[in-house]
Amino acid sequence: MNTIYLDNAATTAVSPEVLETMLPYFTEHFGNPSSVHATGRDARKAIENARRQVAAAINAANPQEIYFTAGGSESDNWAIKGAAFQNRKKGNHIITTAIEHHAVLHTCKWLERQGFEVTYLPVDENGFVTAEQVEQAITDRTILITVMAANNEIGTLEPIAEIGKVAKAHKILFHTDAVQAVGAIPLDVQAMNIDMLSMSGHKFHGPKGIGALYIRRGVRIDTLIHGGAQERGQRAGTENLAGIVGMGKAIEIATTDLAAKSAKTAALRDRLIDGILERIPDVRVNGPRERRLPNNCNVSVRYIEGESMLLRLDLAGIAASSGSACTSGSLDPSHVLLAIGLPHEVAHGSLRMTLGSDSTQEEVDKVLEVLPGIVSDLRAMSVLNERTSTVTDEVFYRAQPKA
Amino acid sequence: MYSDKVIDHFSNPRNVGEIADASGSGTVGNPKCGDIMKMDIKVEDGIITDVKFKTFGCGAAIATSSMATEMVKGKSIDEALALTNQAVAEALDGLPPVKMHCSMLAEQAIHAAIEDYQKKQAAQA
Repeated sequence: MNTIYLDNAATTAVSPEVLETMLPYFTEHFGNPSSVHATGRDARKAIENARRQVAAAINAANPQEIYFTAGGSESDNWAIKGAAFQNRKKGNHIITTAIEHHAVLHTCKWLERQGFEVTYLPVDENGFVTAEQVEQAITDRTILITVMAANNEIGTLEPIAEIGKVAKAHKILFHTDAVQAVGAIPLDVQAMNIDMLSMSGHKFHGPKGIGALYIRRGVRIDTLIHGGAQERGQRAGTENLAGIVGMGKAIEIATTDLAAKSAKTAALRDRLIDGILERIPDVRVNGPRERRLPNNCNVSVRYIEGESMLLRLDLAGIAASSGSACTSGSLDPSHVLLAIGLPHEVAHGSLRMTLGSDSTQEEVDKVLEVLPGIVSDLRAMSVLNERTSTVTDEVFYRAQPKA
Repeated sequence: MYSDKVIDHFSNPRNVGEIADASGSGTVGNPKCGDIMKMDIKVEDGIITDVKFKTFGCGAAIATSSMATEMVKGKSIDEALALTNQAVAEALDGLPPVKMHCSMLAEQAIHAAIEDYQKKQAAQA
């Protein structure tokens, strides 16, 4: 059975073209980029080429503003901790949102224990923050604003250009976690006044274990990984050569013809969402219908629990994910779904399907064929129904367009 | 992460439903933690002759509900009360550690249904 893979927000497959580009860098071009000899110089060249590819993808003014890391989580940790400690004398206040990735939220929580103060801005029922909210939260102690470009669970595209403007006007550093946004929406660090931007290779058909942090020239942050002089002395450790080469190739492919590819993916997304709403009663869309990641579908299915849906889909050869507690190993459902105001019961019933650049209409139609039966089976065995559930229509359909 | 037995009981759950003239009924869990289980039992001459469940919950919650009903069907009240969550989990060839609380819920649901039955018996006496 061929798997229909709809969990591309979790990770993507390395594309054959990317793999082919990487392979020689495991064997014949294996050199240490810090070595003086020709083998080393080959490796160095490949890294600088990848740096140019990454810089071009986000319109960085200079490739030297790209620093390779081990992934999105490291980039977030470095940007936030590095900016916080570098600017400790100026202030101790950080502004972020309630729906950031844990790589940002848990870093902020840790910084609070180190004496920093963090404002976690609430979001509206579709997951949006506004530039006005950010501006109002600024104090004379604020040293960093970090707001994600796109939410990984519900696909909300935050107004980062507007927030960038506010940050610039107040001369406060602005970092964005763009892990889900790269290769999905246009990003321009210059036009958007972004000082630091986190990326992760495996979200756009590059390999795992490689990421990058854009740091605008002139912005100084503390070093996270101390050691050798790699990455201009800012991030030590022998470079992940093949990974860097792969990420460079992958980001180049992902951002080529971006508008056309995004439009195609968005059309599939809408077919999936509309199809679910048409075929299954008592379903809500989590996140906005506009200003949404082109590949993200997230719905809550009333009266049933998310993991049970995932398992049934998995048995039918469809890979998806859920914000249910049962999939996270904790007792609480997704912090994002709670932050947009969903009751626990509704958050537990969430189902996320994220399309890839290779997803097809046939695959979407297959999901639409299989899912209604799974839902009615699970509903038939659920103790919750319109009589026993305490969640009212008004609460369930919060922020949904009138049917 | 799940054993074949868990997947079997999750995909083809036994004893799903409700008993209209149940001798006892118990509901445990809450929507906050994401699992709610309801057990209905039919008791005749001290023996559980029928048992049905309805569960809102994850795969492990549904599978443990199903297995627990199988394990108490045809048993005496005392035998059913002796059923432990470990026994349910073992019968399913084990559960991942984070899912052990689901098997707790199955044990509690059986106990709640029996308690309800015993209360009703006491009220009649």
